[in-house]
Amino acid sequence: MPRELMLDEKTAARNMAEIEPKYSSQEAVVEANRCLYCFDAPCIMACPTGIDIPGFIKKISSGNLAGSARTILKSNILGASCARVCPTSVLCEGACVMLDRDELPIKIGRLQRYATDYVFENDVKIFDPPKKKSGKRVALIGGGPASLGCAAELAQLGHDTVIFEKKEHAGGLNTYGIAYYKLTTETSLKEVELVKSLGIEIRTGVEVGKDIQAKELEQEFDAIFIGVGLGHTYKLDIPGEDLPEVVEALEFIEELHVNPLHEVPVGRRVAVIGCGNTAIDAVTQAKRLGAEHAVIIYRRGEKDMPAYAYEYDIAKKDGAEFVFHAVPVEVLGKDGHVVGLKLARTEMGEDGRLNVIPGSEFELPFDMVIKALGQEKMTDMLKGMFPDLELARNGVIQREPATGQTNIPHIFAGGDGANGGSEVVNAVGEGKKAARAIHRMFTGETVEGPVQWTRIGVVNAKPVGSGLDNPIRVPELETTYSAGGK
Amino acid sequence: MADLSINLAGIKSPNPFWVASAPPSNTAYQCHRAFEAGWGGVVWKTIGEPIVNVSSRYSSIDINGSRMIGLNNIELITDRSPETNFREIKECKERWPDRAIIASLMTDSRESWHDYMKQSADAGADGVELNFGCPHGMCERGMGSAVGQNPDVIETIVGWVMEAAEIPVIVKLTPNITDITYPARAARRAGANAISLINTVKSVTQVDLERMCPEPYVAGKSTPGGYCGPAVKPIALSMVQECASHPEVGLPISGIGGIANWKDAAEFIALGSTSVQVCTAIMHYGFRIVEDMIEGLNDYLDRAGFASVNDLRGKAVDTVQRWESLDLNYKRIASIDYDKCIGCNLCYIACEDGAHQAIALVDPDQKGVGLGPGRLPGRPVPEIKEKECVGCNLCSLVCPVHECITMIDVDNGKEKMSWSDYQEKVAKGEMEPIPAHP
Ligand SMILES: Cc1cc2nc3c(=O)[nH]c(=O)nc-3n(C[C@H](O)[C@H](O)[C@H](O)COP(=O)(O)OP(=O)(O)OC[C@H]3O[C@@H](n4cnc5c(N)ncnc54)[C@H](O)[C@@H]3O)c2cc1C
Ligand SMILES: Cc1cc2nc3c(=O)[nH]c(=O)nc-3n(C[C@H](O)[C@H](O)[C@H](O)COP(=O)(O)O)c2cc1C
Ligand code: SF4
Ligand code: SF4
Ligand code: SF4
Repeated sequence: MPRELMLDEKTAARNMAEIEPKYSSQEAVVEANRCLYCFDAPCIMACPTGIDIPGFIKKISSGNLAGSARTILKSNILGASCARVCPTSVLCEGACVMLDRDELPIKIGRLQRYATDYVFENDVKIFDPPKKKSGKRVALIGGGPASLGCAAELAQLGHDTVIFEKKEHAGGLNTYGIAYYKLTTETSLKEVELVKSLGIEIRTGVEVGKDIQAKELEQEFDAIFIGVGLGHTYKLDIPGEDLPEVVEALEFIEELHVNPLHEVPVGRRVAVIGCGNTAIDAVTQAKRLGAEHAVIIYRRGEKDMPAYAYEYDIAKKDGAEFVFHAVPVEVLGKDGHVVGLKLARTEMGEDGRLNVIPGSEFELPFDMVIKALGQEKMTDMLKGMFPDLELARNGVIQREPATGQTNIPHIFAGGDGANGGSEVVNAVGEGKKAARAIHRMFTGETVEGPVQWTRIGVVNAKPVGSGLDNPIRVPELETTYSAGGK
Repeated sequence: MADLSINLAGIKSPNPFWVASAPPSNTAYQCHRAFEAGWGGVVWKTIGEPIVNVSSRYSSIDINGSRMIGLNNIELITDRSPETNFREIKECKERWPDRAIIASLMTDSRESWHDYMKQSADAGADGVELNFGCPHGMCERGMGSAVGQNPDVIETIVGWVMEAAEIPVIVKLTPNITDITYPARAARRAGANAISLINTVKSVTQVDLERMCPEPYVAGKSTPGGYCGPAVKPIALSMVQECASHPEVGLPISGIGGIANWKDAAEFIALGSTSVQVCTAIMHYGFRIVEDMIEGLNDYLDRAGFASVNDLRGKAVDTVQRWESLDLNYKRIASIDYDKCIGCNLCYIACEDGAHQAIALVDPDQKGVGLGPGRLPGRPVPEIKEKECVGCNLCSLVCPVHECITMIDVDNGKEKMSWSDYQEKVAKGEMEPIPAHP
């Protein structure tokens, strides 16, 4: 059976509404007032872009919303999307001292959204144009979070920037790849407009390597930033993979961003292969689009799944089902359509390797299969663009972590294409770091900050990575704290 | 069960909790509701020549989301006729003979004071309260705080009142004065039977920055109002204590100002009040709050071993002394309980920027401090520099965790020495002056 349309317009809109709706002004102020305004706050250190969190929260409670948004956006130009998509429970909120007082952490993400929305809704001008122009020009390949973060910082430092994006719109996965109910396409595009308002030129529909050659960019620009992200989803390499109802998770999610919500067809029985955050997004989207069953198929056990606990919770709440310790061995088809999966059981061998148990095959009926096995690296494309560029063994761009500089001095890189696949906030942080390194290369000047008042005076303490330099990944907490909230 | 009943200058009530003269004591209807809820007494909304109020009468201060920390009003005395008020007092007294009803009065001429005194007694009121406190409106007409701010005028008017007094007279004082014992002493000299304090504090709570006009907004203008509620409690407590301590005042006291629960009330009583009066807390939550007051005070008295609320009265008065009598050799320092500390470092920054630079941020590993779930590895923890700590209490006030920073007494082996002792010793050459702080 081909995929079908299951929802009317209203139901689709309801199902795809943002998971965490916007705070009312009262809710925001009450939540902001809970924040203790910690000194040398741990939440800042756990933010990969080093946002002065107590600073922006304090401004919400005084009603200084433009100032609050300015504090956020100065550190993180994509503060609005990060507010919605960051895995806050392992970043800022996971470090909040409230947890130590046995209370829910301050809802930093939702407050951040509240402040940044104010700017979008009221067209507030946040940034002044740079004091002087350097005359230097930087080309950025790819228009995703990494390049946007890099270009915004460069523009504020007085350099001209041009972003080349192959798709119709910039924003990268923010525009096309993040679950719609976390971040709408509109929000991502508004954010792109904010970046543009800094004087950044974005040439969309231009693929570097095809519509324009990397060589030309090297000639025309003083530096290049590579923010190309990652490529297609890995193949299953099993028979039946070519059937029309076998799709990549990313394509499936993208359909929701480029079509009216109720015009995205889905299967009645959907299998999702893989159990990372992308798989969770895909299975959740399938359920929300009206699939009767949406089942994650994962070769290991529940405890081993790479998805965040709160993502897993979302999927479970949406009624997703899970088959653990199983791998697909064949997509079963009939009359040119998917009718099921042949699966085999797995077990952990003595040597710690995962083995398929011979003779354990079984079949389950499905009419749609979504592949969510992770994304391929852009090795060939990068080699084609810059034959001398050094790549790491796993195919990501080799670069100096603190600066993003590659083996070719005027070429920098950041984001998924360099870190192998992380979060939006890491991409922005890396873009920003690279921008500062490029600025130093141009001018010899070192840029730091924004000044974190909260660290001044910490003299005799062992240095702890503050935001940008060394963000901290907080271990996920036991569920006692997640009760009642994310 | 401790005995909660009191007798203030002859006015008896089954417990010390009285409704203050204000909107909650406007009518017989409210008076019945108050007594039904358990209040021991009601001071009737001030009676006088009926006035006309403006619309928009209150404004308030919220702090960090807590509503009405302080309330401001520009309301005048009752807008109902004396006849109505006295008739209703009579009705209420007949229905609630065991409770105290006090008529609050405000007028100008000697004759009319005499007239109101007679009508109060005839209505069966247990006493009267003279409102010399209202800091807005009435003072422009030579009444309220215009009287309360001038001890000579107080003495004259109280003198008139006493000429016609058949029932106890309480003088209600305004805090809008430099030394509260002046009007208190004037009341005493004129023969008043008791004092009550405080009335409201003259105030402007906020300015609306769009309209460029303070609140409460009345057709483009505003006027300073009277401030009350939790925010004024410390001012009221201090004034009550000053009157309780002053040998020339020596009158029973009805304590008023920011009382919202039994603990506030017990504090007023410990500093010398016989009864306490409540307005804002009732305006915020209704008469039902008295339940916690009665129960809480009772349990406290039992716990503390007081058989009667009268045994608590004034118990803390003698501990409040002039600064010069305090022991300069007493030493306390801050101490952090690391099992409770959540790592907000507010103590550090408070002491560093706002006090005596006596807290360091140190390596948690060196200190052997365990990490809680929200704490980042390696993040510095506060440590008290015991030598530098002057024991000011600031960090313990700032710390958001209950009993995480405690102030502990340090035995420095030194004998008690007050400022006066110190002056004397230095004068006699028995000791060197203490060197100034570096
Ligand atoms: C399904 C899914 C869900 C996710 N959910 C979350 C989430 O909830 N929270 C979170 O923080 N992160 C999430 N992420 C991760 C996040 O989206 C990425 O880390 C982030 O987008 C990386 O940004 P980037 O700029 O490096 O790459 P991308 O966002 O991939 O942007 C790269 C851009 O480069 C363009 N490009 C590539 N090659 C060329 C070329 N040759 N010429 C021109 N343009 C080119 C691409 O079209 C694309 O627009 C998710 C990722 C996926 C796949
Ligand atoms: C709206 C309002 C009206 C008041 N009217 C009177 C009054 O008519 N006579 C009077 O003696 N005190 C009046 N007061 C003062 C109260 O009786 C009381 O002294 C003061 O509010 C402090 O107590 P609180 O902190 O419990 O409110 C009024 C207070 C308020 C808020
Ligand atoms: S750690 Fe929590 S309480 Fe402290 S500043 Fe950050 S958000 Fe506020
Ligand atoms: S008591 Fe005062 S001086 Fe001592 S550590 Fe605390 S704030 Fe500093
Ligand atoms: S204020 Fe209290 S909780 Fe915060 S760091 Fe200091 S001792 Fe710890």
